[in-house]
Amino acid sequence: MIPLSSADAETVDAEATEEAAAEVASDEQRDALVAALADALGDGLVESHVEPGVDVWVRVTAEAWVDAARALRDRCGMAYFGYLSAIDWMPSPYGRDMDAQVDLTAGDGADDAADEAATGGYETGVAGGDTRFQLLARVHDPVGHVGITVKADLAGDRPEADSWIPVYPGADWHEREAWEMFGITFRDHPNQVHLYLPSHFEGNPLRKDYPLLARRVKPWPGIVDVELMPGEDDEDEAEGDES
Amino acid sequence: MTALGDTRQLAYIAGQASDARVNVELETEGMTLNIGPQHPATHGTLRVIVKLDGERVVAAEPVMGYMHRGYEKLSEVRTYPQVTTLVNRIDWLGSFANEVPFILAAERLMDVEAPPRAQWIRTALFELSRIANVVLFLGDMGVQLGAVTPVFFAFRDREFVLNQIEAVTGGRFHPNFDRIGGLKDDLPKGWIEETKGVLGRIRTFCDEMEDLVTGNEIFQARTRGIGVIPADVGLSYGLSGANIRASGVDWDLRRDGGVGLVHDQLDWKVWTHPDGDSFARYWVRLQEVREACDMVDQLLDGIPSGPVMAKVPRIIKVPAGEAYVETENPLGVMGYYVVSKGDLVPYRVKIRSASFNNISITPWLLEGTYVPDVISILASLYFILGDIDR
Repeated sequence: MIPLSSADAETVDAEATEEAAAEVASDEQRDALVAALADALGDGLVESHVEPGVDVWVRVTAEAWVDAARALRDRCGMAYFGYLSAIDWMPSPYGRDMDAQVDLTAGDGADDAADEAATGGYETGVAGGDTRFQLLARVHDPVGHVGITVKADLAGDRPEADSWIPVYPGADWHEREAWEMFGITFRDHPNQVHLYLPSHFEGNPLRKDYPLLARRVKPWPGIVDVELMPGEDDEDEAEGDES
Repeated sequence: MTALGDTRQLAYIAGQASDARVNVELETEGMTLNIGPQHPATHGTLRVIVKLDGERVVAAEPVMGYMHRGYEKLSEVRTYPQVTTLVNRIDWLGSFANEVPFILAAERLMDVEAPPRAQWIRTALFELSRIANVVLFLGDMGVQLGAVTPVFFAFRDREFVLNQIEAVTGGRFHPNFDRIGGLKDDLPKGWIEETKGVLGRIRTFCDEMEDLVTGNEIFQARTRGIGVIPADVGLSYGLSGANIRASGVDWDLRRDGGVGLVHDQLDWKVWTHPDGDSFARYWVRLQEVREACDMVDQLLDGIPSGPVMAKVPRIIKVPAGEAYVETENPLGVMGYYVVSKGDLVPYRVKIRSASFNNISITPWLLEGTYVPDVISILASLYFILGDIDR
């Protein structure tokens, strides 16, 4: 399916992006979008990934985060603000919390997380990534009918980023949500207070190292549903048995 | 000092005092009014804190979170098929439509496509949940302005639609019927004919609304020119669905999105309105219900034969990758950003729900309006609390 971007493609300029895309298949609209962004941001554009006919991702530097929004709105017609959020790429130290046999035997999740941290990087997704926290935003062109996902790496454990509110006022609540859920502070945000959670709440629930208490106190029965039922025909399930 | 002088002076002081009293009475102090969290106009538990100067709103600040259920966190510890049970409860009036974009995102990652019959039935149920959802809005809009009858009509006729959804899925509100690769079951016998009858009732309901509400002088006075959203402002706040089409933006993901539903094979049109006021939002939704009835009619006539489930493994492991799929749900654009690491469970699910963005414009929109209009503007933006709080 979606090929993960190679980590060696650290900096991609407009020319290389166009060449790479032309080799795979042609998606002129999305390629032009990436080219326009590369032109506007220069070194600010770190990596891009076009899946022809489906979607496009770009990764920008944290410094170019607001410039990217401005370029998308003013030069690429992305008038519509979709959402703004974040991803925590550090694997959960609690494993996947499913309480299945495979979870109990296949090593401790904490070890995996420690291993990945020790190797100096996390396994990241489309358009790559170098840090634990990654900003994620989506804007859309309601005339040309194309959308783009923008990512940016944020350094540190209490990361900071510039606010998108001057460009897209709709980012206000999304940044408050990202602040309380991931602990990402947005500079110059006019009202950085809790959105969903009570004002005295401590912790950032969507961080992977924030425990889901319900799973800590009681085993999860739901995993039983995906195991074979007694007397069920094994041949049909051959494909799924690897787990 | 003479007696006359005293009397004059007293009269002067009394005059000054009464002037001062009048000034005190006319100059109103700012007042903070708390609408909700338990208020009929809030469809749940949205709380709006408005600062008033007389009858005029100086600042409005919605407060959410009374119904936050943490679906994004819970999705990280559920298998893919189990996630639909959660997302069902986001927009509870059009539940089936919530499942569709998530399932489509998982299907895109797995490179699976539902068989044609499943796609057609899926689209029919998608549109039926739109009808069930928006019919209630049409009635509710009246009740917010003091017209109680429409809401009874709406609840009465919505029930027929819910019965049809229940006949297929087994659930009035929470179908949990969409599966990766197709649908849980085929249609029951006689369902197509019955549904056609129901569509007739809904069309009659739309005509009744037109007679009862749309042309009503009070309704027009209370909604026309109230809560005007210019297209560019609406887009920068991420407004979608009928809210942005009522501002003249001709954009509908059913036509322009190109995801795995079959709207492109139907004959229908996208309704827009140039005004951008409360009335326009009401009017566009009314037309969309009619359009949805026509769509379901065509879908029922065109359902191809064949299986309703593609060949997918029983234990669903989704290959590593990322996908964002958005569809035109009853409340607006709903999307799921699914990050998979090749496991049984999603690594991260970002739920982009329509009402969250639709309501985020309220601090801008309510500033300078009058108190009674706050209610009608909130009603015309049409939000479901579960769709804000997730």
